[in-house]
Amino acid sequence: MNRICQSLLRQSYAGAAHHMRPAAASPAATALKSLSALRFYSADAAAPPAAVDKATLDKLVRTNKVVIFMKGNPQQPRCGFSNAVVQILRMHGVQYDAHDVLQNEALRQGVKDYTDWPTIPQVFIDGEFVGGCDILLQMHQSGDLIEELKKVGIVSELLKAEESKKAAGSKEEAK
Amino acid sequence: MSQFNAMTLVHKLKEQLNTQYVNVEDESDGCGAKFSATIVSEQFVGKSLLEKHRLVNKALAEELKEIHAFSQKTYTPEEWEKVKPQEEPEE
Repeated sequence: MNRICQSLLRQSYAGAAHHMRPAAASPAATALKSLSALRFYSADAAAPPAAVDKATLDKLVRTNKVVIFMKGNPQQPRCGFSNAVVQILRMHGVQYDAHDVLQNEALRQGVKDYTDWPTIPQVFIDGEFVGGCDILLQMHQSGDLIEELKKVGIVSELLKAEESKKAAGSKEEAK
Repeated sequence: MSQFNAMTLVHKLKEQLNTQYVNVEDESDGCGAKFSATIVSEQFVGKSLLEKHRLVNKALAEELKEIHAFSQKTYTPEEWEKVKPQEEPEE
Protein backbone atom coordinates (compact mmCIF):
# COMPACT_ATOMS: atom_id res chain seq x y z
CA MET A 1 0.00 0.00 0.00
CA ASN A 2 2.78 2.34 0.98
CA ARG A 3 4.59 1.73 -2.27
CA ILE A 4 1.45 2.40 -4.27
CA CYS A 5 0.96 5.68 -2.45
CA GLN A 6 4.57 6.59 -3.06
CA SER A 7 4.25 6.05 -6.76
CA LEU A 8 0.95 7.94 -6.86
CA LEU A 9 2.63 10.80 -5.07
CA ARG A 10 5.44 10.90 -7.56
CA GLN A 11 2.99 10.97 -10.48
CA SER A 12 0.99 13.65 -8.84
CA TYR A 13 4.03 15.83 -8.17
CA ALA A 14 5.26 15.36 -11.69
CA GLY A 15 1.98 16.64 -13.04
CA ALA A 16 1.67 19.49 -10.58
CA ALA A 17 5.31 20.59 -10.53
CA HIS A 18 4.92 23.46 -12.93
CA HIS A 19 2.42 25.30 -10.81
CA MET A 20 2.91 23.96 -7.33
CA ARG A 21 5.92 23.78 -5.04
CA PRO A 22 6.16 20.29 -3.55
CA ALA A 23 6.12 21.73 -0.05
CA ALA A 24 2.79 23.46 -0.65
CA ALA A 25 0.67 20.36 -0.33
CA SER A 26 0.86 17.79 2.43
CA PRO A 27 1.63 14.28 1.17
CA ALA A 28 -1.65 13.00 2.60
CA ALA A 29 -3.73 15.57 0.75
CA THR A 30 -1.93 14.84 -2.49
CA ALA A 31 -2.42 11.13 -2.06
CA LEU A 32 -6.12 11.67 -1.52
CA LYS A 33 -6.29 13.76 -4.63
CA SER A 34 -4.61 11.02 -6.63
CA LEU A 35 -6.96 8.41 -5.30
CA SER A 36 -10.03 10.45 -6.09
CA ALA A 37 -8.68 10.97 -9.59
CA LEU A 38 -8.39 7.21 -9.91
CA ARG A 39 -11.99 6.72 -8.95
CA PHE A 40 -12.99 8.44 -12.13
CA TYR A 41 -11.61 5.60 -14.22
CA SER A 42 -13.24 2.80 -12.31
CA ALA A 43 -16.83 1.87 -12.99
CA ASP A 44 -17.94 3.23 -9.68
CA ALA A 45 -21.68 2.99 -9.15
CA ALA A 46 -21.45 5.39 -6.21
CA ALA A 47 -20.12 8.21 -8.36
CA PRO A 48 -22.69 10.89 -9.16
CA PRO A 49 -24.32 10.13 -12.52
CA ALA A 50 -23.09 13.27 -14.24
CA ALA A 51 -22.72 12.85 -17.97
CA VAL A 52 -19.24 12.49 -19.41
CA ASP A 53 -18.43 15.85 -20.99
CA LYS A 54 -17.90 16.71 -24.65
CA ALA A 55 -14.14 17.22 -24.44
CA THR A 56 -13.67 13.74 -23.01
CA LEU A 57 -15.85 12.18 -25.69
CA ASP A 58 -14.10 14.15 -28.42
CA LYS A 59 -10.94 12.29 -27.40
CA LEU A 60 -12.63 8.98 -26.73
CA VAL A 61 -14.18 8.68 -30.20
CA ARG A 62 -10.75 9.15 -31.77
CA THR A 63 -8.79 6.55 -29.84
CA ASN A 64 -9.17 4.24 -32.82
CA LYS A 65 -10.40 4.49 -36.42
CA VAL A 66 -13.54 2.70 -35.36
CA VAL A 67 -14.95 3.21 -31.89
CA ILE A 68 -18.23 1.82 -30.61
CA PHE A 69 -20.34 2.33 -27.52
CA MET A 70 -22.32 -0.75 -26.70
CA LYS A 71 -24.06 -2.75 -24.01
CA GLY A 72 -21.71 -5.42 -22.77
CA ASN A 73 -18.44 -6.12 -24.54
CA PRO A 74 -17.60 -7.69 -27.90
CA GLN A 75 -17.03 -11.09 -26.27
CA GLN A 76 -20.32 -10.85 -24.45
CA PRO A 77 -22.81 -8.34 -25.87
CA ARG A 78 -25.73 -7.67 -23.56
CA CYS A 79 -28.22 -6.54 -26.18
CA GLY A 80 -29.26 -7.82 -29.60
CA PHE A 81 -28.51 -4.54 -31.32
CA SER A 82 -25.05 -4.30 -29.82
CA ASN A 83 -24.47 -7.90 -30.81
CA ALA A 84 -25.46 -7.13 -34.41
CA VAL A 85 -22.92 -4.30 -34.57
CA VAL A 86 -20.20 -6.57 -33.21
CA GLN A 87 -21.06 -9.28 -35.74
CA ILE A 88 -21.01 -6.86 -38.66
CA LEU A 89 -17.64 -5.42 -37.67
CA ARG A 90 -16.31 -8.94 -37.19
CA MET A 91 -17.43 -9.90 -40.70
CA HIS A 92 -15.46 -6.99 -42.09
CA GLY A 93 -12.48 -7.87 -39.92
CA VAL A 94 -12.42 -4.44 -38.31
CA GLN A 95 -10.27 -3.73 -35.26
CA TYR A 96 -12.06 -1.28 -33.00
CA ASP A 97 -12.36 0.10 -29.48
CA ALA A 98 -15.50 -0.82 -27.62
CA HIS A 99 -16.89 0.91 -24.55
CA ASP A 100 -19.45 -0.79 -22.36
CA VAL A 101 -22.02 1.80 -21.31
CA LEU A 102 -23.56 -0.60 -18.80
CA GLN A 103 -20.37 -0.22 -16.77
CA ASN A 104 -20.68 3.53 -16.67
CA GLU A 105 -23.97 5.40 -16.48
CA ALA A 106 -22.23 8.76 -16.98
CA LEU A 107 -20.78 7.50 -20.23
CA ARG A 108 -24.13 6.11 -21.33
CA GLN A 109 -25.80 9.49 -20.85
CA GLY A 110 -22.76 11.40 -22.06
CA VAL A 111 -22.57 9.70 -25.42
CA LYS A 112 -26.32 10.10 -25.99
CA ASP A 113 -26.01 13.83 -25.31
CA TYR A 114 -22.88 14.04 -27.43
CA THR A 115 -24.52 12.65 -30.55
CA ASP A 116 -28.09 13.69 -29.79
CA TRP A 117 -28.97 10.08 -30.48
CA PRO A 118 -31.35 8.26 -28.15
CA THR A 119 -30.08 4.70 -28.35
CA ILE A 120 -27.09 2.43 -27.82
CA PRO A 121 -25.11 1.06 -29.70
CA GLN A 122 -23.41 3.98 -31.40
CA VAL A 123 -20.68 3.64 -33.99
CA PHE A 124 -17.95 6.15 -34.81
CA ILE A 125 -15.62 6.01 -37.80
CA ASP A 126 -12.69 8.41 -37.79
CA GLY A 127 -14.28 10.33 -34.93
CA GLU A 128 -17.51 10.85 -36.87
CA PHE A 129 -20.78 9.48 -35.59
CA VAL A 130 -22.09 7.03 -38.17
CA GLY A 131 -25.26 5.78 -36.51
CA GLY A 132 -26.68 2.89 -34.56
CA CYS A 133 -27.41 -0.71 -35.42
CA ASP A 134 -29.99 -0.04 -38.17
CA ILE A 135 -27.70 2.32 -40.02
CA LEU A 136 -24.65 0.09 -39.76
CA LEU A 137 -26.72 -2.84 -40.97
CA GLN A 138 -28.01 -0.88 -43.95
CA MET A 139 -24.51 0.34 -44.76
CA HIS A 140 -23.32 -3.23 -44.59
CA GLN A 141 -26.08 -4.39 -46.94
CA SER A 142 -25.61 -1.56 -49.42
CA GLY A 143 -21.83 -1.86 -49.52
CA ASP A 144 -21.38 1.65 -48.15
CA LEU A 145 -19.61 0.30 -45.09
CA ILE A 146 -16.80 -1.08 -47.22
CA GLU A 147 -16.40 2.37 -48.79
CA GLU A 148 -16.46 4.21 -45.46
CA LEU A 149 -13.86 1.85 -44.04
CA LYS A 150 -11.71 2.30 -47.13
CA LYS A 151 -11.72 6.07 -46.58
CA VAL A 152 -10.00 5.61 -43.23
CA GLY A 153 -7.57 3.03 -44.54
CA ILE A 154 -9.31 -0.15 -43.42
CA VAL A 155 -9.67 -2.83 -46.05
CA SER A 156 -12.72 -4.89 -45.26
CA GLU A 157 -12.30 -8.64 -45.18
CA LEU A 158 -15.39 -8.85 -47.35
CA LEU A 159 -13.75 -6.66 -49.95
CA LYS A 160 -10.64 -8.83 -49.91
CA ALA A 161 -12.76 -11.91 -50.43
CA GLU A 162 -14.63 -10.23 -53.24
CA GLU A 163 -11.47 -9.09 -54.96
CA SER A 164 -9.84 -12.48 -54.85
CA LYS A 165 -12.99 -13.90 -56.38
CA LYS A 166 -12.88 -11.24 -59.09
CA ALA A 167 -9.24 -11.91 -59.80
CA ALA A 168 -10.10 -15.54 -60.38
CA GLY A 169 -12.94 -14.79 -62.76
CA SER A 170 -13.47 -12.04 -65.30
CA LYS A 171 -13.12 -8.47 -64.14
CA GLU A 172 -16.53 -6.99 -63.74
CA GLU A 173 -16.84 -3.47 -62.43
CA ALA A 174 -20.11 -2.41 -60.85
CA LYS A 175 -21.22 1.00 -62.12
CA MET B 1 -44.52 -0.49 -18.79
CA SER B 2 -44.79 1.46 -21.95
CA GLN B 3 -48.16 2.72 -23.09
CA PHE B 4 -47.47 2.75 -26.78
CA ASN B 5 -48.83 0.50 -29.43
CA ALA B 6 -48.06 0.28 -33.10
CA MET B 7 -51.12 2.31 -34.09
CA THR B 8 -50.18 5.36 -32.03
CA LEU B 9 -46.70 5.31 -33.51
CA VAL B 10 -48.03 5.00 -37.05
CA HIS B 11 -50.32 7.92 -36.38
CA LYS B 12 -47.55 10.08 -34.99
CA LEU B 13 -45.21 9.29 -37.86
CA LYS B 14 -47.88 10.05 -40.44
CA GLU B 15 -48.57 13.35 -38.81
CA GLN B 16 -44.97 14.41 -38.24
CA LEU B 17 -43.31 13.17 -41.39
CA ASN B 18 -46.18 13.29 -43.84
CA THR B 19 -45.41 9.71 -44.75
CA GLN B 20 -46.38 8.10 -47.99
CA TYR B 21 -46.22 4.71 -46.40
CA VAL B 22 -45.61 3.68 -42.83
CA ASN B 23 -45.73 0.35 -41.12
CA VAL B 24 -44.93 -0.36 -37.50
CA GLU B 25 -44.64 -3.88 -36.18
CA ASP B 26 -44.94 -4.48 -32.48
CA GLU B 27 -42.35 -7.13 -31.78
CA SER B 28 -42.80 -7.07 -28.04
CA ASP B 29 -45.82 -9.39 -27.91
CA GLY B 30 -47.87 -6.44 -26.78
CA CYS B 31 -45.83 -5.00 -23.93
CA GLY B 32 -45.03 -2.03 -26.14
CA ALA B 33 -41.29 -1.90 -25.68
CA LYS B 34 -40.02 -3.19 -28.98
CA PHE B 35 -40.99 -1.96 -32.42
CA SER B 36 -39.79 -2.22 -35.94
CA ALA B 37 -40.83 0.49 -38.40
CA THR B 38 -40.74 0.99 -42.13
CA ILE B 39 -41.18 4.61 -43.11
CA VAL B 40 -41.47 6.20 -46.55
CA SER B 41 -41.57 9.96 -46.82
CA GLU B 42 -40.84 12.77 -49.26
CA GLN B 43 -39.05 14.47 -46.41
CA PHE B 44 -36.22 11.94 -46.70
CA VAL B 45 -35.29 13.02 -50.22
CA GLY B 46 -31.71 14.26 -50.41
CA LYS B 47 -30.96 13.26 -46.83
CA SER B 48 -28.28 10.90 -45.62
CA LEU B 49 -29.22 7.76 -43.76
CA LEU B 50 -28.22 9.40 -40.51
CA GLU B 51 -30.33 12.47 -41.23
CA LYS B 52 -33.35 10.33 -42.11
CA HIS B 53 -33.06 8.44 -38.86
CA ARG B 54 -32.63 11.67 -36.95
CA LEU B 55 -35.91 12.93 -38.42
CA VAL B 56 -37.66 9.81 -37.20
CA ASN B 57 -36.02 9.99 -33.79
CA LYS B 58 -37.17 13.59 -33.52
CA ALA B 59 -40.73 12.75 -34.52
CA LEU B 60 -40.83 10.06 -31.84
CA ALA B 61 -38.65 11.81 -29.26
CA GLU B 62 -41.20 11.43 -26.46
CA GLU B 63 -42.01 7.83 -27.26
CA LEU B 64 -38.39 6.76 -27.63
CA LYS B 65 -37.73 7.69 -24.03
CA GLU B 66 -39.98 4.79 -23.07
CA ILE B 67 -39.49 2.38 -25.91
CA HIS B 68 -36.58 0.10 -25.24
CA ALA B 69 -35.97 -1.15 -28.74
CA PHE B 70 -36.87 0.65 -31.91
CA SER B 71 -35.53 -0.37 -35.25
CA GLN B 72 -36.29 1.58 -38.40
CA LYS B 73 -35.99 1.43 -42.14
CA THR B 74 -36.32 4.73 -43.91
CA TYR B 75 -36.92 5.24 -47.61
CA THR B 76 -37.66 8.02 -50.00
CA PRO B 77 -40.63 7.22 -52.29
CA GLU B 78 -38.15 6.50 -55.07
CA GLU B 79 -36.08 4.10 -52.97
CA TRP B 80 -39.26 2.47 -51.74
CA GLU B 81 -40.33 1.63 -55.29
CA LYS B 82 -37.22 -0.51 -55.62
CA VAL B 83 -37.45 -2.39 -52.36
CA LYS B 84 -41.24 -2.61 -52.04
CA PRO B 85 -41.91 -5.90 -53.86
CA GLN B 86 -39.88 -8.09 -51.57
CA GLU B 87 -40.66 -6.18 -48.43
CA GLU B 88 -44.31 -5.31 -48.63
CA PRO B 89 -45.95 -6.59 -45.48
CA GLU B 90 -49.54 -7.65 -45.31
CA GLU B 91 -51.92 -4.81 -44.65
